[in-house]
Amino acid sequence: MDNDIFQGYKGAALEVLKKYQVRVWGTTRVDTTRGGFEGTVLPRSENDDDQHIVIKIVTGYNIGLDVNTILGMIETGYKKANYKIPEKQFPYTKGLPKVKLFGTGGTIASRLDYRTGAVIPAFSPGELYGAVPELADICNLETEKIFAVFSENMGPMQYKALAIAIGKEIEKGVDGIVIGHGTDTLHHTGAALSFMCQNLPVPVVLVGSQRSSDRPSSDAALNLMHAMKAAGESDIAEVMICMFGPTSDEYGLLHKGTRVRKMHSSYRSTFRTIGDTPLAMISRKEITPIKKSYNKRRPDKKVTILPYFSDKVTMLYYYPAMSPDVLDAMVDKGYKGIIFVGTGLGHVNKELYPAIERAHAKGVHMFMTLQTIWGFVHMFVYDTGRDMMAKGIVPAGNMLPEVAWVKLSWILGQTEDPEKVKEMMLTPINDEITQREPYNGYLVYQGGVPEVEEFIKRVHK
Amino acid sequence: MQFDSRRNYENSKQLVGYVPRREATPETYRRVGFMAGLEVHQQLLTKEKLFCHCPAGVYHHHEEYDAELIRHMRPTLSELGVYDGTALMEFRTRKEINYRINNENACTYDVDDTPPFPINREALGIALEISLLSKLNVVGEVHITRKQYLDGSIPAGFQRTAILGVEGELELPHKKIRLIQLSIEEDSCREISDIGHVRVYKTDRLGMPLIETVTYPDCDTPDEIKQACDYIRFLNRSTGLVRTGIGAGRQDVNVSCKGGTRVEIKGVAHTKWIPELTHNEVFRQWALLQIKEKLNNQITDVEGWKADFIFVNGAMLDKIPLVGQAEKVMLVNLPGFEGVLSYFTQPGQSFANEIADRLKVIACLEKPNMQSSEQLYPDVNEIVWDEFRRQMNAGAKDVQLLVWGPEADMKTAFETIEERCQMAFLGVPPETRKSLADGTTLFERVLPGADRMYPDTDSPPIPLPDEYITSLSKKLPREVIDSYKQLKKWDVSEEVYTYLFSKNLFPVIQRMANELEADPKFIALFFGQKVKFAEGHFRGPDPFDYNRIFELFAFLKAREIHHNLAAYMLQEMIEHPKMDFDSILQSIGFKKISKEEIESKLPMLKAKFMDGKQEISKTNMRNWVIGQVRKRALGNVDLSGLSKLI
Repeated sequence: MDNDIFQGYKGAALEVLKKYQVRVWGTTRVDTTRGGFEGTVLPRSENDDDQHIVIKIVTGYNIGLDVNTILGMIETGYKKANYKIPEKQFPYTKGLPKVKLFGTGGTIASRLDYRTGAVIPAFSPGELYGAVPELADICNLETEKIFAVFSENMGPMQYKALAIAIGKEIEKGVDGIVIGHGTDTLHHTGAALSFMCQNLPVPVVLVGSQRSSDRPSSDAALNLMHAMKAAGESDIAEVMICMFGPTSDEYGLLHKGTRVRKMHSSYRSTFRTIGDTPLAMISRKEITPIKKSYNKRRPDKKVTILPYFSDKVTMLYYYPAMSPDVLDAMVDKGYKGIIFVGTGLGHVNKELYPAIERAHAKGVHMFMTLQTIWGFVHMFVYDTGRDMMAKGIVPAGNMLPEVAWVKLSWILGQTEDPEKVKEMMLTPINDEITQREPYNGYLVYQGGVPEVEEFIKRVHK
Repeated sequence: MQFDSRRNYENSKQLVGYVPRREATPETYRRVGFMAGLEVHQQLLTKEKLFCHCPAGVYHHHEEYDAELIRHMRPTLSELGVYDGTALMEFRTRKEINYRINNENACTYDVDDTPPFPINREALGIALEISLLSKLNVVGEVHITRKQYLDGSIPAGFQRTAILGVEGELELPHKKIRLIQLSIEEDSCREISDIGHVRVYKTDRLGMPLIETVTYPDCDTPDEIKQACDYIRFLNRSTGLVRTGIGAGRQDVNVSCKGGTRVEIKGVAHTKWIPELTHNEVFRQWALLQIKEKLNNQITDVEGWKADFIFVNGAMLDKIPLVGQAEKVMLVNLPGFEGVLSYFTQPGQSFANEIADRLKVIACLEKPNMQSSEQLYPDVNEIVWDEFRRQMNAGAKDVQLLVWGPEADMKTAFETIEERCQMAFLGVPPETRKSLADGTTLFERVLPGADRMYPDTDSPPIPLPDEYITSLSKKLPREVIDSYKQLKKWDVSEEVYTYLFSKNLFPVIQRMANELEADPKFIALFFGQKVKFAEGHFRGPDPFDYNRIFELFAFLKAREIHHNLAAYMLQEMIEHPKMDFDSILQSIGFKKISKEEIESKLPMLKAKFMDGKQEISKTNMRNWVIGQVRKRALGNVDLSGLSKLI
């Protein structure tokens, strides 16, 4: 009961509220050594100190009062706020495609959480329509909240549940599927679903937002509109990630789930296709293909759902002078697959060799990927590379490290036969390893260079 | 009979009782219940911006940008779960906001692509000093709040701001003004243009530390509100820690009349404009209240009142600019509105302007965007109006509007017209208005309320312990009102106070009086007249450092040179700030001559005067003789003493 009335307050601050019998959401007059204050007592974030009481003053601002300065308090009323996005029935429009939206949490729809003082996921179809009414012009929407977790808490359980849900939805005859997702591990999920949902007849679009939807400049609304359009209208039947192209509110990009990576901690245009070009550009008006070949939409409902995932795969990000006991520890802990993230063309130091041999002897499946992010692993160039291959590390082409981790986990969920594992790893399912790298697959332009500056000035960022 | 719009305008102006400000007395304002308060913005003098490490105060020209980006803003809920009216209005405008970024003064934080860095402590300290000077109750913990701005002036769609103190007091010479609060906030972008659906901003000023002091509406006359504003600015400047110059201080003035509504006149750059603006605004409100009366008398079904529209052929309207290029011309009928559109609201403006302004802002129709059948100076003749009235089946007491522009904007345009007319039944709509140079104002947006606040989930609260506040209290400068009283005691004329306070010169005057034993009245006037004049007439490479005046008088005293030479050294001091005083003396041709030597010349000059052609009088002789020795005497003797010897 106390917890409800004094939400989030503890220690000294809680004592003061109790002493003067003032509740959270109570309007109060406070007398302090710094003068008088009036306002509504707000809940306090659990991680903040116990020395202050937060009130919202009449002008709408919040302030904190130091409990040591408080001489007296009285409650003059009670006014609980109701933070709720207006819910409206999502309208049905004949002729528009039927799109299913799965909610997993994340910033695509969120609200304030007083417990932590941060934003938490919130999701309902009506809320979405209330916040982004334009969606009704794009599709007929059905929504289902599968779980509400932050992006970083998405894992094997969720991948499998999503894959199964996608399979069921396709059987029911949906025109496209959108998955709302936090952005941090969007590309991990993108890869997992690419492997788990094969031979898709409709688009499966993963979407998030880099700025939570509780801010006016959020990218959530436009990302959602783009994703719904991609799911409902496009003929690209693949697992895709749909996020901002530039940081401007102009167009989004559709990236292949197996070739995409989050490249900036906070930019809106954080997702980039690596070592290749995105599938298409998308705006509210049109979808403009970039890649010529892709899996086309089909009228049938034949999809292959392979919901497997082993939790015995880990990654080893190499650094100079890494000690072999790091690798030994992983093997001792029972990991069966290890994705190395090596330097340059795919290298680790010689001190690691004995540990690699021990791991190989124990049947651990080891693959090499790159810290350089771009480019192919090439272990024939130097002796060290040849040595490592001899000791059992398999080069994984230009597979992105995160994708390699996902794929090996997915494979080891199905088989542990070394030859089979190797064959499956190196046989691309959807471009996780490509045959060639186009010249425009690697673009990290250098700011300050005149021609780059000229380009930046001319084109919206 | 044809309705005479111009006569209606003049009659209504009389009914409102509008007088030009020079004819207004305190009684004029008592009659209409003038009430005004202030929101005074002041940039703080810090090296960096408030929430990032970009340099503050580095500006660039419109075209000097490195990159551009685009945002659209959507309204979001406040912490209390409510949408703000302003936000919804801005959303209806469907504006595309274009930001110009210069790499020297803006970073990814400014365009909301990076979360905030911890608050600038230098800025916080200055703002707290000013809070203490303003006798505010300082908070125990600072909570950063997001204040929504959907006009695009901030790329995030909100301004980070925080309250530092509430319930303060400002003492004016004859009155005390109560303060509601003081906040620290980030400054907004500067607008480059706003045409149609595209608004362009530059981001150089964005994010600079700013404080806002908000008063209660305690001022009763336009002059009083100006004085209050000046005093808040003086107080801010007395710390010596705030920026000066164009745009460094800006104010919003809140005005209402008896029975009216709070209307905010935004972004008044100079306090001298405040009296005229507030004068006109109070009468605008008074006029709107009369329109309300008139409409409620004229129209029986107020609740069910609705406007109506049809699209018409613009071919007959070729005399009106822009109609020819418009996609659509809409004719709107306003039932029972006779005499309202041409009703006086502001000098040279009538109620029709209220609608035209909103059409520009909300429906994005560039002006001229409208013509009414009660146009004061019509471009459309009555035959055409009659034809339109026939097409619309309009009644005799109805008024018609023609509106033109892109087809996509016509729906919003009609809604805007109908909405503004419906508001006329209720009186004065709460608005933010833009000030114009002629003292009138125009609609900028719906007045925002407290429903646009949201806690900043990116920033932790900042505690302000007692020890910190105490240490700041010890550094506070003398209060402006005390300096005012001291200047009075020194018998310094009030004419120079504004200059002395706005340049924060009281401390240097007092130091000169104490340390150089200079006459404070002489020094105060020296600053207020001689230095001010010199600044206005001579240009130097740097802003003038007023401490140089202290050094100047110290130098003169040490050399036993009379201070009447000081004024003649100012030009050199301003134009060549690095030149030493000896060189300046040489440059202006000063020679040390003994008092005796100068006095010895007097008899010879007197004789010469008597030989001359001037009319002989004692005054003439004194003036002529002093004129002859002036150049040599300055700095060597007191001229009035010398004059007495003649």
